[in-house]
Amino acid sequence: MTQPVATLSNTSIAAAKVKDFGQFLKRLLKSPSAKMGGSICLVLVVTAIFAPVIAPHDPTELGVGAALTPPNSEFWFGTDEFGRDLFSRMVYGSRLTLYVGLIAVGISMTVGVLTGLVAGYVGGWVETALMRAVDVLFSFTETLIALAAVAVLGPSLTNAMIAVGISSIPFYARITYGAVLVEKNKEYFKAAQAVGAQHVRLLFRHILPNILSPIIVVATVGVSVAVLSASALSFLGLGAQPPSPEWGAMLAAGRDYFKRAPWITTFPGLAIAITVLGFNLLGDALREALDPQQRT
Amino acid sequence: MTTTATTPQTQTLVRIEDLQVHFPVMQGLIFQRQVGSIKAVDGITFDVRQGETLGLVGESGCGKSTTGKAILQLERPTGGKVYFEETELTAAKGESLRQQRREMQMIFQDPYASLNPRMTVGSIVGEPLEVHGLATGKEKRDRVAELLHIVGLNPKFITRYPHEFSGGQRQRIVIARALAVNPKFIVADEPIAALDVSIQAQVVNLMQKLQDELGLTYLFIAHDLSVVRHISDRVAVMYLGKVVELADRVALYENPLHPYTQALLSAVPIPDPTIEAKRERIILEGDVPSPTNPPQGCRFHTRCPVAIEACRYAPEPEFKDAGDGHFVACHLVH
Amino acid sequence: MPLLDVKHLQTRFYTGEGVVHAVNDVSFHVNDQETVGIVGESGSGKSMTMLSVMRLIPQPPGKITQGEVMFEGQDLLQLSLPAIRRLRGNRISMIFQDPMTSLNPVLTVEKQLTESIRVHMKLDKVAARDRAIELLEHVGIPAARDRIRNYPHQFSGGMRQRVMIAMGLACDPKLLIADEPTTALDVTIQAQIVELVKRLKEELNMAVIWITHDLSLLASLADRILVMYAGQIVESAPLDQLYANPRHPYTLGLLQSIPRLDEAQKAELKPVDGMPPDLMDYPQGCPFAARCPYVIDRCHTEDPTLEPVSDRPNHAVACWVKPNGAAVLETARAIAH
Repeated sequence: MTQPVATLSNTSIAAAKVKDFGQFLKRLLKSPSAKMGGSICLVLVVTAIFAPVIAPHDPTELGVGAALTPPNSEFWFGTDEFGRDLFSRMVYGSRLTLYVGLIAVGISMTVGVLTGLVAGYVGGWVETALMRAVDVLFSFTETLIALAAVAVLGPSLTNAMIAVGISSIPFYARITYGAVLVEKNKEYFKAAQAVGAQHVRLLFRHILPNILSPIIVVATVGVSVAVLSASALSFLGLGAQPPSPEWGAMLAAGRDYFKRAPWITTFPGLAIAITVLGFNLLGDALREALDPQQRT
Repeated sequence: MTTTATTPQTQTLVRIEDLQVHFPVMQGLIFQRQVGSIKAVDGITFDVRQGETLGLVGESGCGKSTTGKAILQLERPTGGKVYFEETELTAAKGESLRQQRREMQMIFQDPYASLNPRMTVGSIVGEPLEVHGLATGKEKRDRVAELLHIVGLNPKFITRYPHEFSGGQRQRIVIARALAVNPKFIVADEPIAALDVSIQAQVVNLMQKLQDELGLTYLFIAHDLSVVRHISDRVAVMYLGKVVELADRVALYENPLHPYTQALLSAVPIPDPTIEAKRERIILEGDVPSPTNPPQGCRFHTRCPVAIEACRYAPEPEFKDAGDGHFVACHLVH
Repeated sequence: MPLLDVKHLQTRFYTGEGVVHAVNDVSFHVNDQETVGIVGESGSGKSMTMLSVMRLIPQPPGKITQGEVMFEGQDLLQLSLPAIRRLRGNRISMIFQDPMTSLNPVLTVEKQLTESIRVHMKLDKVAARDRAIELLEHVGIPAARDRIRNYPHQFSGGMRQRVMIAMGLACDPKLLIADEPTTALDVTIQAQIVELVKRLKEELNMAVIWITHDLSLLASLADRILVMYAGQIVESAPLDQLYANPRHPYTLGLLQSIPRLDEAQKAELKPVDGMPPDLMDYPQGCPFAARCPYVIDRCHTEDPTLEPVSDRPNHAVACWVKPNGAAVLETARAIAH
C-alpha cells in the first residue's frame, strides 16, 4: 500500500490549495460587483504605490501654477488656493487613504477578533467581562468614540487612525464572538477535542479558519468605513494637518472656495465616495464567494 | 452498589459507576442563577468489557449520547466515576486526560458536521498523529494513506476537502481519524443514523471488520434496535437518564424483562408482511416526560402498561441482576 | 378507474451547474382506499414525484417537463393555479417529515386549523372551531378543547405530527400523501402515528400514499409498494410479493442489507456496493447498472422500462435480468442457519 503514497508530497498538497484558490477567484470574478469593486481597489493600490511616477508635481510645492486655476491640460484637476497641483495631491493622498484604511482596520480587527475569540472560547466570567465591555463601547456611536480618542491623544493623522480603529473594535468582537459560539457547538470541534487537540490548535486551526470569511467581509467593508471616518476627522481638523494631501483635509480646505473653485472640493469628495463604493462592492462580492455552500 | 455487571472470566475495559450529567438551567441576563437542572444522565452503572460491542439504545432525549460523551470526558460528569482500565478518567485533567485520549476515540453521528470543512482529508486524519506527536512529515503521510486504505478509501483523496465526499465516505474518514492513534475503545454515537439505507450496511460491516482485525471495543449508541441487535454482544436500554435493562443480546431480544424494552421492541417494524400480520404491538401512551422533572417513583410508570400502585410511590426500582447477568430495574421483575 | 393515475411524469431542475434529472418517466396509479408505499433513498425522487403531482415543485429552477396526472377525471398538470390550490388541502392533503417547519410558529393551532376549514368548507367561526376540536380529538390529542389554543412549540414532536394530520384531514380528503411523516420521530411514537393513520384511513375511506426510506415500516402498512431509484420506479408489487419475491436487484439488495429485529444470527450484512448515480450526470442505460451484481452488457446501453413480470399481473419490474428474488433470499437464509 505504499505505491500510491509515493506520489503524495507537499507539492501536491500545495498544488491542491492553489487550485482551490483559483476556483475561488473564478467564482469571485463571476460577479459584476467584484469586477467593479476590485478594479477600483486595484487602481487605488497602483496609484498609491507608483505615486511619485504618476504625479507630475510635488504635492506640497507651492505656486506650481497660478492659484485657483481651473482644470486644464496641464493641471488636470486644477490648482488650489496656494497654486499646488491638485492632481498630484490627489495621487499622493491615495497613499494616506490606503494607509489610514489598513492601519485602522488592522487595529480594530486584531483587538476585536482576539477579544471575540477569547470571550467565546473561554466562556464563564471572562466572557461576561469582555463582552460587557464591548457592549459599553458599542453603545456609543463610532464618531463619538473617535472624537473622544482624538481629544485625548491630540489631533494628528496617526491619532485619527488609532481613534477610528478603536471605535470599530466592537463590530469585530461581536461578529467573532457570535461565530465562535456557533462553531464551538459543531461536532467537528468536539471531534478535535476527542482527538486530544490543545487549546491553541482548537482556536487557530479549527475555529479561526471557519469564522474567517465573515471577518474578511467585514474588514473589507471596514476599510471604507475607516476611510470615511478618517476623512471626516480630517475635515473637522482633528486628523491630518495641512499641508498633508489627505482627501478629507483637502475637502475641508476647499470649503472656503467652494463657489469660486468647486474643483478643489469636487475631486477629493468624488475620490472618497468612489473608494468607499469600491471596498463596499468588493466586500459584498467576497461575502458571496466565500460562502462554503457555493463550493462544489 | 450491587450492580456492577461483570462476569469474572471477561476483563473490564471501562467501568461506569453511578454516572451523572446534569445540565444547569439558568435564568437572568447578567446575573444568572440556576433555576433547575436537566437530568440528562441520572446515575447509571455498567461495565464495558474488553473486545465486546455494547449497544446502548433508547429514544431521543434519553441521555444515551450524553452518556457516550461523558465517558470520554467530552462532557464533564456532574457525579459518579468513569474508569478506563485502571485510570479514573473523571479525576484526570489537562495533560493526563489528553494522553488518555489516545486510548479512546469517538465516531460521531453526523459525518457532515464532524469534519472541519476547512481542512483536507489528510490534515483531518493526520491531526491525531500530530497532536500526540506520533508521526510527522513523510511518516505521517504514509500512515494517513494506510488509514484511508484500511477504511476503504483511495489514498489519493488525501488532498481533498470533506465537501467533495458523500455521507458514507465521510463516515469512513471519521473512522480513519478515530483509528489514527490505535485506540482500544471507541464510542460510536449513532454512526449510521445519517446515512442512506444501502450505505448503512457498508459502514456496519466496516466497523465489524475493524473490530475483528484490531481488537477494538465499541460502545455502539443507536436508536435503531435492529442494527443494535446485529452488531452488539450485550445491549443496554436507557429511558429518561437511566439504564433500565442490560443483558446479553439474545436474552434481551428474546426475553426482554422490562416493560419499556418490551414496548420498544414491539414497535420496531420487521420487513416481512407475514410476520407483521401476526405481531401484537404494545403501543405506549403519551410522550417521554421532561428530564428536568422526572416522575416520582419508577420514572417509566407514567407510560407503563403494567404499572401497579407501588411503581408510583415506592422508591425507584433498583438496577439489579435478575440472573445470568441480565440486569433490570423494575419492581415487577424479581 | 383509479383515483390517481400518473403517466410518464418527468421533472427536471435547471441549476447553474447543470440539469438535475429528478423524476424520470414515472407512471403509477393509486386506487380508491388503497395504501401505496413509495420507498427509496435520499435523491431517489420519491418526494419529488409527489411534489410534482401536487404541483409544489419550486418553479424555477424546477419544471415538470412531461406527463399527465389524472385525479378524479382531471389532469392536475393542466389545471390553473387557483384550481389546484382549491384541490390541495381539500381533495388531496399532504403531511411532511418535520411538522415544526410546516406549522406556522406564531399562530395558535386553532388559527391554523380553522383557517383551512373555513376556506374549504365555508363554515362560520364557531362551527369551524367545533370542527377543529373534533378533528384534534379524532387524531388522539388529549384535552383538545384546551390545547387548541396552544402554539406549535408547546406540542411534542409526535403531537405536532398529529396536529398536522388533523389539518390534512380537515376537509375529508380522498387522498392523503404522507412524506416521511415518522422519520423524525422515535420508534414508539412512530408506532402511534402508524396506528393512527391506519385507523383514520378505515374510518374516512381515503387512499394513502406513504413515502419512506424504511422498507420495514411499509410491511405492516401498505397494500402495494413502489420502489424508486435515481428518479425511476424500478419495481412495483403487492405487499407480500415485494418482500417474498423481489425481482429487481435493488429491492433485493435493500432487503439483504438491512438487519432485521427478528434475526438472531450475527452474520455479515450484504451491503449494496457503491453509490447512487449523480442525477446531474445521468448514466446511460439502467441507472443501477454500476452497482448491480446481476449486470449484463445490455444494462449499460439500454434503460429497461417498467414491465409486468410474466406470471404476476400486478408485479412490474424495470430490469433486463429480473433475478429470482425468492430463491436468492431462501439460499441466504439457509446459509445463515
